[in-house]
This record gives sequence, structure tokens and C-alpha cells, in this order.
Amino acid sequence: MLLTRRIDFSASHRVWRPDWDEERNRQVFGPGSAGAGHGHNYVLEVTLRGPVDEDTGMLIDLKQLKEVMESEIGGRFDHRNLNQDTPYFRDRVATAENFAGVIFDLLDAALPGGLLHRVRLSPTPDLSVEVVR
Amino acid sequence: MITLTRRYRFSAAHVLARRDWSSERNYAIYGKCANSNGHGHNYSVEVTVRGELNPETGRLVTLQRLDALVKARVLDRLDGRWLERELPEFEREVPTAENIARFVWRALKGEISPATLHRVRLVETENNGVEYGEEDGEQG
Repeated sequence: MLLTRRIDFSASHRVWRPDWDEERNRQVFGPGSAGAGHGHNYVLEVTLRGPVDEDTGMLIDLKQLKEVMESEIGGRFDHRNLNQDTPYFRDRVATAENFAGVIFDLLDAALPGGLLHRVRLSPTPDLSVEVVR
Repeated sequence: MITLTRRYRFSAAHVLARRDWSSERNYAIYGKCANSNGHGHNYSVEVTVRGELNPETGRLVTLQRLDALVKARVLDRLDGRWLERELPEFEREVPTAENIARFVWRALKGEISPATLHRVRLVETENNGVEYGEEDGEQG
């Protein structure tokens, strides 16, 4: 059984490498590398996979899942600057791919063992990244 | 596994009909899509790639490169066209959503190295879309 819950949040970031000059950053990362940074309304879909508890008919208590997603993701990233306000992108570029990996690891550590199956992170309606266990 | 999906759009016209079939037979199989005066759709196509993250860039593929490739090999060929009249690929192959998805697959497979093409999702209307890719046994 799969169960998916969605959360949205807004954050800013800059997709760049500080050890590259502006021109090289622009060539590789495009306009998202520009100095001032930019932001997105992110949508995150979190999918759990596991058996249904026969007593409750539930895969997980939705309230528990909601609390984990709000504290681990909303609490850390909503209305923050990913590069400056969080520790996760000091030594990795703040791409959607790396961000999805960070989110997967945070949720995996906070949820009951092995239940997390997939995260899908969409910075825009035209771009999404999925990390699947 | 990590995958990245990017959505693009194009508009095109088509008639769903086989030239070697009678009009009655085409209407029986394709319904109103067989109208020989044609009709069109605002298509969207979602391209999914998989692979390893480049450790330097933290990307599966740079969006610059993926966008340029899809534009040159797919959008510039399909957007604003009448598919079976203007593209040799659809002279024999009826431009159904399924066949357009396979056209996109063939146009992009092997082109995104070192990443791998994983899936193409072609959406014809809000109500119908098709997916084609590695899960069908294809090599991306």
C-alpha cells in the first residue's frame, strides 16, 4: 500500500558554486545562478509504503505524518533562504536534486523505519525531482 | 534512484486515420478524431531522466542542456505543425498520443548521456495521457 501526503512551502535559493566565476555558473546553472538568488513555491509529495494495520485500517496515523512533515520540512525550510538559513547547502549546490536528497534523509530519520518510499519535490509545475528508496 | 522530470508544451494538428482504410473504417476505429479536416491539441510532454548526480554540479543533467535538446529534437519539429502532413515519421504511423510518445522517446534516447532517458509522458488533453519508457523494455 502507498500513501502520499503533500505539503507546500516557499523558499529562496541560489544555484551556484562559489568557487566558479559568474560566467561559468551562468553557463551551467542558467539564470538561477544570478547573484541575488530567487524563490519558489515548492510542492513536496511524500509517499510511504507499507502494510495496513488491520486494527486501525491505516498505514500510518496521518496526524503523525503531518507533524513530521511540518516540523522536519515546513519548520526548517518555509520562508527561509536555503543557502544562508540552513546548513545543508554549505558544501553542496542548492539544486532540486540535492534538496530532494536532503529532504529524503530528514524524513527517513524522523519516520518509523523503512516506511518512506519516495519524495517528489517540484520547485515549479514544470520541474520535479523524485528520490525513490 | 533519483529522477528528474521536466514538462514542455507544444500545439499541433492531426487527423487520426490510416490511408489504407476506408473513411467508414477510420471513423469506426478513431471516432471523431478521423475528421479529415483535422483538429488540434495543446500537448504537454514530460521528460524523465535518471542517473547519478554529477558531484560537481549536484545535477542529473543541466536544465540548459535538457531544454536545448528537447527544443531542437522535439518542440521545433512538432510545435505549430500538422503532424501527418508535415512530418515523415507520421506518414505511415498514425499520430496517436501513443505514437507521438514513441516519436519523442526515439528523438531523445541516448542523447542525455551520462544520464539515461527513463520515461516520456505525453498528455493530449486534461483527460488523457500516455507514458512510454524503460518500463516497456526500452533502452534509454
